[in-house]
Amino acid sequence: MSTSSIPLSDAATGSQICLDRIEVQGVLRRRLLDLGFVPGNIVEVVQKSPLGDPIAFRVNHTMIALRKEESSLIFGEYVGGDSL
Amino acid sequence: MRTYTIALAGNPNTGKSTLFNTLTGLRQHTGNWAGKTVLMAEGEFTYGKSAFRMIDLPGTYSLYSNSADEEVARDYIIFEQPDVTIVVLDATSLERNLNLALQVLEMTSRVVVCVNLIDEAKKRGVRIDLQMISKRLGVPCVAISARNKIGIDALMEQVEKVASGEISPEPVQIPYSKEIEEKVKELQPIIAQTLGTRFPTRWIALRLLDGDEGLLKSLRERMQEPTVPVKRERIGHEQTICH
Repeated sequence: MSTSSIPLSDAATGSQICLDRIEVQGVLRRRLLDLGFVPGNIVEVVQKSPLGDPIAFRVNHTMIALRKEESSLIFGEYVGGDSL
Repeated sequence: MRTYTIALAGNPNTGKSTLFNTLTGLRQHTGNWAGKTVLMAEGEFTYGKSAFRMIDLPGTYSLYSNSADEEVARDYIIFEQPDVTIVVLDATSLERNLNLALQVLEMTSRVVVCVNLIDEAKKRGVRIDLQMISKRLGVPCVAISARNKIGIDALMEQVEKVASGEISPEPVQIPYSKEIEEKVKELQPIIAQTLGTRFPTRWIALRLLDGDEGLLKSLRERMQEPTVPVKRERIGHEQTICH
């Protein structure tokens, strides 16, 4: 497994992440895949809530908010945006 | 005059209901389907020389068993087998919308893809290559604006052709990994033997491999339906013999 792969919940606001694996299981996994959380797709971290959970992501031109429970199980690598 | 059944499928907010109202002239009534509290509007209209009954399926991002809405929409396409399913796509977010189109194409070949909100897309500078979409998907593809009644004639022309059998679309078949394809091949004859060829065996095989419990439940319910009255009849027959 790639060492630079991080969970979406740890990605900085404004960064873009290329997904490499989704470890969410069951019906929610299906739902996330349908919404575009698929390996190879690029997700932008749009905004974090005041307490850091949930986090809004942009995927396929759509904003989707995920709880940490789920976003901590979706992994990818920085590919751009203002990650620092 | 034959009445063709048309189902409208699409993501939420793609203008399905606007198209529905444009075609049916608001002559709709909503109905509760399959004992679930999911409403589908139904309406009738004539276009050209044909009569149509149109069902507005619940707007969904997918047709797997994620929610009651999705199960109702899926069951309608699989079990009621409409003459044509129109997949309504939002021209301004095709990428997300095409996921559902591909799912429908795995379930039925009698599909017309309808790219709605084309005027809105043009305003935003989005150019859509309909011919290429049609070629890649293997089904007719028409651009419309349901709100401004643009392209409705062209859409209905294709719908009528598919409904009457004048065109038999050959949708693209999505290839899966070798392992999955082998399992599908193994399952298909068993499915055909159990359910007959009324249902798309490849699609059912894929859902079984996906572990889709919701579909299995729906299948079981439908399989039991026709056998129950037959059994009752036999009992009645035996009873008369006894008398």
